[in-house]
Amino acid sequence: MSRLQTLRRLISSSTPPLARSVTYMPRPGDGAPRAVTLIPGDGIGPLVTDAVEQVMSAMHAPVYFERYEVHGDMKRVPEEVMESIKKNKVCLKGGLRTPVGGGVSSLNVQLRKELDLYASLVNCFNLPGLPTRHEGVDIVVIRENTEGEYSGLEHEVVPGVVESLKVITKFCSERIAKYAFEYAYLNNRKKVTAVHKANIMKLADGLFLESCREVATKYPSIKYNEIIVDNCCMQLVSKPEQFDVMVTPNLYGNLVANTAAGIAGGTGVMPGGNVGADHAVFEQGASAGNVGKDNIVVQKKANPVALLLSSAMMLRHLQFPSFADRLETAVERVILEGKVRTKDLGGDSTTQEVVDAVIANLD
Amino acid sequence: MSRLRALRRLVSSAAVSPTPPPLARSVTYMPRPGDGAPRAVTLISGDGIGPLVTDAVEQVMSAMHAPIYFERYEVHGDMNRVPDEVMESIKKNKVCLKGGLRTPVGGGVSSLNVQLRRELDLYASLVNCFNLPGLPTRHEDVDIVVIRENTEGEYSGLEHEVVPGVVESLKVITKFCSERIANYAFEYAYLNNRKKVTAVHKANIMKLADGLFLESCREVASKYPSIKYNEIIVDNCCMQLVSKPEQFDVMVTPNLYGNLVANTAAGIAGGTGAMPGGNVGADHAVFEQGASAGNVGKESIVEQKKANPVALLLSSAMMLRHLQFPSFADRLETAVECVISEGRVRTKDLGGDSTTQEVVDAVIANLD
Repeated sequence: MSRLQTLRRLISSSTPPLARSVTYMPRPGDGAPRAVTLIPGDGIGPLVTDAVEQVMSAMHAPVYFERYEVHGDMKRVPEEVMESIKKNKVCLKGGLRTPVGGGVSSLNVQLRKELDLYASLVNCFNLPGLPTRHEGVDIVVIRENTEGEYSGLEHEVVPGVVESLKVITKFCSERIAKYAFEYAYLNNRKKVTAVHKANIMKLADGLFLESCREVATKYPSIKYNEIIVDNCCMQLVSKPEQFDVMVTPNLYGNLVANTAAGIAGGTGVMPGGNVGADHAVFEQGASAGNVGKDNIVVQKKANPVALLLSSAMMLRHLQFPSFADRLETAVERVILEGKVRTKDLGGDSTTQEVVDAVIANLD
Repeated sequence: MSRLRALRRLVSSAAVSPTPPPLARSVTYMPRPGDGAPRAVTLISGDGIGPLVTDAVEQVMSAMHAPIYFERYEVHGDMNRVPDEVMESIKKNKVCLKGGLRTPVGGGVSSLNVQLRRELDLYASLVNCFNLPGLPTRHEDVDIVVIRENTEGEYSGLEHEVVPGVVESLKVITKFCSERIANYAFEYAYLNNRKKVTAVHKANIMKLADGLFLESCREVASKYPSIKYNEIIVDNCCMQLVSKPEQFDVMVTPNLYGNLVANTAAGIAGGTGAMPGGNVGADHAVFEQGASAGNVGKESIVEQKKANPVALLLSSAMMLRHLQFPSFADRLETAVECVISEGRVRTKDLGGDSTTQEVVDAVIANLD
């Protein structure tokens, strides 16, 4: 069940229902350590990935990291890094700073395209103890990650006139819709909302919607509806509790994910990742602020919570549910206590103070 | 964290502080594409109450629309061997759910339960015995996982009559089997955040056999310095179980002691009708009622259809988690635990008088 429903049930009933159990019978050999590629990245990246490494080692988690230096001003992601990710299948990364304008294309996007990480997932939810203007938020934004407005196909027709191609294909729309409904089915979610602007882009977003509708018919127990992206933004900031799982093309997903993260407590806290048929890359959920400002880097006051929660998702993805639960419980306790918080959450702690508090709260 | 600790924390924080209790564990889980594809599971209804309780599981699975489908096979305890087609099916599906098979006392027919475990090399049997909130027992704070060696020991089946009136029964202990069960027990403790592993033995009497078992446990313990290890003689263990069960966490035992310790621990925690468990090997897993006592049941229970389906329902939740469907596993467990905690619908062994179907209906009603 979703976080909010679980929490509501806990608060409202007189005898609280049990926390979920861990009666889990591992296969022999399940405890063997797994290799994970680690890309610290730029800006606050090294700070927050170091935070994850410290916590993993305090937990004696069965993962070990293979670190690689990648920076946003490189031309391409180095071959050895791609090889490593293809071997390990799982990667954890900090943000890579993409220069504005100029000729260097985004390494974040290159990574997603080469590994065909076609689904980006961000879970935006209210954390108990962290006051926000919006209650009842528990939204999962599933965003198509490889085409749409991010195809990178631009050209100057004549000087002063530029065309940028937004490409929508049935193949990609279908697979992202399938992933979104399968996600809802596997995680006991009740509703999937497709976000679009098909009144204007009738063919492109229309094709996206058609694919979503086809997949929706195969999941009759999950509600499906559609919402135009401008109305969606307005609804997000006025009545966010109406949204559950949202499936979107590339650009709208970027904006919706960051908005949803913002109303729920900020992008410094929301976990997320990118997944494809063969690989998964975990990073701070919503992209805004994943490289951070220089002064945060200098004062070492970056918020490691988002990457810690994403690394818990990663532990669950690697089938280490007990470690994932311990990590999440420790992080959520630290947030609930409210004594140690970085600037974006209203406090003034450093990254290291948050890490120490999380480690102290591990059981 | 263990069930009991998680629950205590919830209850104490909810009662004392006005602020909301710490979050139940989250499900931020990013599935791989295709993870929702349905899986086949071999189903052996078994004897006695077996068909009743396996039918209960089928009903609940279908109410949840869980991504599993069952391939049913009839196997009965009086058959000579488990039919080949059933073995083929389990080898193909890798996972099986079964009711109890009635093994005749004496006579020449050996236990089909044991045959299944040997052929599939399901060398570890696991039973999780814990107090269920809302179910009063004489012992509080029980949260024990008994990991029992499943293929050798006293169950080797090697008996012969030396001379008329004199029978020898061989108990076989090997380093190979002792080592792998110890490895499994410590790995289990590591993966599930358990703090202590206790080896149960009678090495003061069977110095070589149980001594070999202990040696293997000690070797493996040295590789897990953060997990406490201790040893306890089995007679003292039985006494400690019924007086101070909270001292035990994970217990690793050879075959026979494991059978007895598991049933005792299940009994103090609420009965074998409620404790989940399974058998696992390198390649396969078979889930069934955790502790063996009562898994076939009495005639009267079968006739009145008042068998307790809770153990098999919780075992099928373990199975869902084994198949990597954690959200379904959680829903099932939460529903079962709500039903127990409300206390209105309970079978005879838990102090009530409901039928199996009433329990199933209550569980389905509590699914969300």
